[in-house]
Amino acid sequence: MMSSPIPKSPEQSDKSKKYDRQIRLWGDHGQKLLENSKVCLINATALGTEILKSLVLPGIGSFTIVDGEKVTEEDIGSNFFLDSDSIGMSRAQVATQCLLELNPDVRGDYIDESPEHIMSHTQDFFNKFTVVVATALPEKTLLPLSRYLWDSKVPLIVCRSIGFLGYIRLQVKEHTVIKSHPDSENPDLRLLSPWPALKEYLDSINVEALDKKSRAHVPSIVILYYYLNKYKELHGGNIPSSRAEKEELRKLIRDSRFHDEHGPKLLEENFEEALHYVNNCLNPISIPQNVQKILDDDCCTNLTQSSSPFWTMCAALREFVQLEGALPLRGALPDMAADTDSYVTLQRLYHSRAQAQSEAVYRRAAQIARNLGVAQETVTESEVKSFCKHASELHVIRGSCIADEYQRTSLDLSSYLEDPDSLMFYYVILRGLERFISEFNTYPGQFDDQVEPDVLKLKSIIGKLLAEWGCCHVVSDERVHEVCRYGGAELHSVSAILGGCAAHEVIKLVTQQYKPLDNAFFFDAITSTSAAFCL
Amino acid sequence: MSEFQESNQKRWSHLRKVLERPGPFSHPEFEPSSEILDFIMSSCKLLVIGAGGLGCELLKDLALLGFKNIHVIDMDTIDLSNLNRQFLFRHKDIGSSKAEIAASFINKKIPGCQVIPHFSKIQDFDENFYRQFHIIVCGLDSIVARRWINGMLVSMLNYDDGVLDQQSVIPMVDGGTEGFKGNARVILPGMSACVECTLDLYPPQVNYPLCTIANTPRLPEHCIEYVKLILWPQENPFNVPLDGDDTQHIAWIYEKSMERSLQFNIPGITYRLVQGVVKHIIPAVASTNAVIAGICATEVFKIATSCCVPMNNYMVFNDVDGIYTYTYEAEKKEDCLVCSQTPQILEIKDPNKMKLRQLLELLAESAAYQMKTPGLTTVIDGRNKTLYMATIKSIEERTRDNLNKSLVELGLRDGQDILVADVTSPTTLIIKLKYVIDDVEMK
Repeated sequence: MMSSPIPKSPEQSDKSKKYDRQIRLWGDHGQKLLENSKVCLINATALGTEILKSLVLPGIGSFTIVDGEKVTEEDIGSNFFLDSDSIGMSRAQVATQCLLELNPDVRGDYIDESPEHIMSHTQDFFNKFTVVVATALPEKTLLPLSRYLWDSKVPLIVCRSIGFLGYIRLQVKEHTVIKSHPDSENPDLRLLSPWPALKEYLDSINVEALDKKSRAHVPSIVILYYYLNKYKELHGGNIPSSRAEKEELRKLIRDSRFHDEHGPKLLEENFEEALHYVNNCLNPISIPQNVQKILDDDCCTNLTQSSSPFWTMCAALREFVQLEGALPLRGALPDMAADTDSYVTLQRLYHSRAQAQSEAVYRRAAQIARNLGVAQETVTESEVKSFCKHASELHVIRGSCIADEYQRTSLDLSSYLEDPDSLMFYYVILRGLERFISEFNTYPGQFDDQVEPDVLKLKSIIGKLLAEWGCCHVVSDERVHEVCRYGGAELHSVSAILGGCAAHEVIKLVTQQYKPLDNAFFFDAITSTSAAFCL
Repeated sequence: MSEFQESNQKRWSHLRKVLERPGPFSHPEFEPSSEILDFIMSSCKLLVIGAGGLGCELLKDLALLGFKNIHVIDMDTIDLSNLNRQFLFRHKDIGSSKAEIAASFINKKIPGCQVIPHFSKIQDFDENFYRQFHIIVCGLDSIVARRWINGMLVSMLNYDDGVLDQQSVIPMVDGGTEGFKGNARVILPGMSACVECTLDLYPPQVNYPLCTIANTPRLPEHCIEYVKLILWPQENPFNVPLDGDDTQHIAWIYEKSMERSLQFNIPGITYRLVQGVVKHIIPAVASTNAVIAGICATEVFKIATSCCVPMNNYMVFNDVDGIYTYTYEAEKKEDCLVCSQTPQILEIKDPNKMKLRQLLELLAESAAYQMKTPGLTTVIDGRNKTLYMATIKSIEERTRDNLNKSLVELGLRDGQDILVADVTSPTTLIIKLKYVIDDVEMK
């Protein structure tokens, strides 16, 4: 046997050391996408700078702050990224400087103009960003901005932090995810329909003929496969599907244990593992619904030259699935009690099968690209490999436009508003609040002597909104009173909570990993509860 | 400028709206007034434990909620890998005390705020130190430290005829994160579930069986553990104990792990994986820390001001798939080892067979105890007897033989009190042995 050279240990760069704790989550590829992203923040409120903080630290490429306000004394009391001696200066400028101190790798600039001004003069300014984030943006600017970004396919995240209440709304026309990082997944073992090389290996081991020592080291999936065949022999070739049938298979496995003069011996660890796998590893191969839906999507069946690599790969996957009747093998073997050689042999079988299948999908994708007349390099082999590995977790979000949401004339919230535990009433309150701000140019309860009159005004606005939507429910007076109590106050810690949440949504959009919010989130810091709704 | 004027400043008008106006959802005892902000600013004293990912956020959040008297304890120094989230630190601060840099940053940034740093371990302080605080907030990554401070706060409770003296209760707000998951909780020691009541929420640490590591490795992690646990002590390459922060040490482990993995044809060794396994690295991002610290700080604000009812009492957070939170009431354990005021009863099936070693294993492995290196003493015939103690070398040697003796051989009787000392608790815990006769055997 050839001796392998001792590999030289790689010296890590300072950058990969600095970002180590997060690269362990989203990988070098995710980090690279993050470093190429450009984020625009509209309004450097406390919430706004908290969002940027959690983006500058992990190292986005650049940010731009749009804010025409000057720093006030109140700002200093809630916003960490403003200096106490900066009162009267441009809020965009001061916030940019303070945020840039956090990470020398990040570029940042600012526009000391109101978002209204930019919207009415240079709309296409917002085109160049990967994501636009807006805080405390009034309706009259929000709606045209939302329409504009929807048409330009730039994702928009809108946030508000007021008193103990927080709100995040994510608008994205289409977002596709390959790595959604599910919490747990059943292993992809294919024991019901092993491919020839796997079948040959599994068939070569007679579990019942093994001596005590080998028995303790045979991998659990070999055991499972062996007794599955035994079960099939006993049941006319059928596989166990009901709970009782699976229990019968388990009994076959259990009954195989050794006996001595004291009775049955303890079942070995690998046999215990095999029992465990009976439940979730013997399901007939099927295409998960979420994936089938994606494969049947118009974007997948009607590719154009402007289709994204994601959809080109989906089209290739669709062809593969039509031919094979299954998704490509994931190729990862879970750890199981076994001797090194058996485990490594099995692992190689799974790995090379997955490799061959992903090559097949890649060839199809390249062919599809050629047929479309686009450069073959639009999809790379390594991308397809990752795509195939994660084929069962593919995810597509098609959101809704905020401007459309505001124009809807009927909105049936009855079922939510009837439920005393639903936080949907906050949606009504927030819409009322937004309308109050546009009508009166101030927050309800902003001035100490106006709290009670503002409660009445806000109640009347909310009543009108509900009537416009044809909704016959009411929102409790107490809730209206509470939001007027806040008077537009921004509690720093509530903004910090919302800021962290919103920043991670930006990271999801940019890295194309994890499932973004779909599409609205309310946080109630009074009870520390939250809810997400699809608007 | 007097404190009164300070709290009147326009700067704090956000807080004043919430504190000086009545609200339908505030605590029943809440009386809105300007005195509440005065209290926060001049009298209320907080302790933040940990100046890392959560700690930096907590200090910022609390300072901007008006708190001015804040102590912070952290025994660590700043490392390059902290800078992706611990935003009070800069490259030039690497190697300095986290507590000291964090405190001076906050004090400079927020005029009037007085953060006092302690570059030390929590175990360096006694109850006289902890008693001075109104609320204690934890942003720790160590379960042992959490359990220790929890034990300290419970040990400081006063009971009068079995009735808890409310004045002796110091609320503890605790946060924890791992990747995109986190939790936040409010503990009223003696009144609501404490850290020990819910010990089973912490997953036990992954330990690979030694025989797998030595004989049948399958995963790259097995190869790394082999080098760390077996090869390092054998070859002792640098004549010092393994230090996960020393790049030379990691490089050595990396090379040897790679050799071993090639020998067994195991794929997947990377430098990053080696570091992760050797240092037990928990992934961390800025956003999750911001969320969890924000939730904790909000709870501190609620407890200190009564402007809202505090969370009852445990919240989990996860933003991998959308944004998810769940808040529920973790239950106080009737027979909690630390806070229940009831003797701990440990049932022993066969005291003739059970060796002291097995008793120690039970204390380390059972979900209810999860001890690290328990030391056991007891009283036999009115005399103190040390059964086993691993932490002091001379005593360990003297008591090592006891490990293989059965409980009966050691003279331990049914109902015997065992005093247990462990790093997870500042005080000695008492466990009562109860010998149960198996009535199935009797038939």
